[in-house]
Amino acid sequence: MDMPYTDPFSRLFQIQQALDALRTSAWLEPGPSGPGAYPPVNVFAQGDDIVIIAEVPGIKKADLRLEVKGKTVRIAGTKSVGYGDKASIHRRERLAGSFDRAVTVPVEVDADRVKAECHDGVLVLLLPRAEHDRPKSISIT
Amino acid sequence: MAAAQSLEAQAKKELVSKEEKTVPARYYVPTTDIYETDDALIVVMEVPGVDKKDVSVNLENDVIRVEGRINPTKYAGLDPLYTEYSVGHFARAFTLSGKIDRQQIGANLEDGVLALTLPKSKEAMPRRIEIG
Repeated sequence: MDMPYTDPFSRLFQIQQALDALRTSAWLEPGPSGPGAYPPVNVFAQGDDIVIIAEVPGIKKADLRLEVKGKTVRIAGTKSVGYGDKASIHRRERLAGSFDRAVTVPVEVDADRVKAECHDGVLVLLLPRAEHDRPKSISIT
Repeated sequence: MAAAQSLEAQAKKELVSKEEKTVPARYYVPTTDIYETDDALIVVMEVPGVDKKDVSVNLENDVIRVEGRINPTKYAGLDPLYTEYSVGHFARAFTLSGKIDRQQIGANLEDGVLALTLPKSKEAMPRRIEIG
């Protein structure tokens, strides 16, 4: 029986490629902050209600579109970054574009009592839990 | 302008500073655009959650140092269920060239975007030279 000839370095290169793939993938990044859907959101519970906070710097209130239905909240809009005429750009880190994302929250939301605020580039959505979704306490007779 | 392109979230970059902070808070580097017009250099920084009164802009030894502090008490009573970004203060410093008129620097904060206007000094302005 003859052994098939394998390049001893190919295995090494495979390991290196696997390590590189691991290093460049985002899932090992430390911390919760990583690229993904825009805008990144933090979801909080406040008693029975849900609070969604998103950072949307440079987006006007008129350019944001919010919708709520059942357990789903939709945050859509456009972000524009303008430089004016005749400007020469030295450094460009801010991104512009349109976004549309839906966030599902763990409780049914009372769509009529939802409050949204946007101050200093931070969007706060206060989502009260719907009355019919609240647990009923049952008294033992 | 590529306005139709869909926007992706950018990872917040934590500030790596030579100096050490005395408060146990995280600092992030605000995403920044710098562009130049005919009469000024404009530095635009994204500092979401920073109130006007919590911004400090200091100029010392040709270094302009910007610090924006968020108000962490706004998060009191909130129980995190799911988080995608970390919250912290913002800080960034820029070295100015000699062409900036240091007396006329202006700052404006709107919708979490801080814009610094660094006017060019008279000597650095483009001017037309007439042939005598």
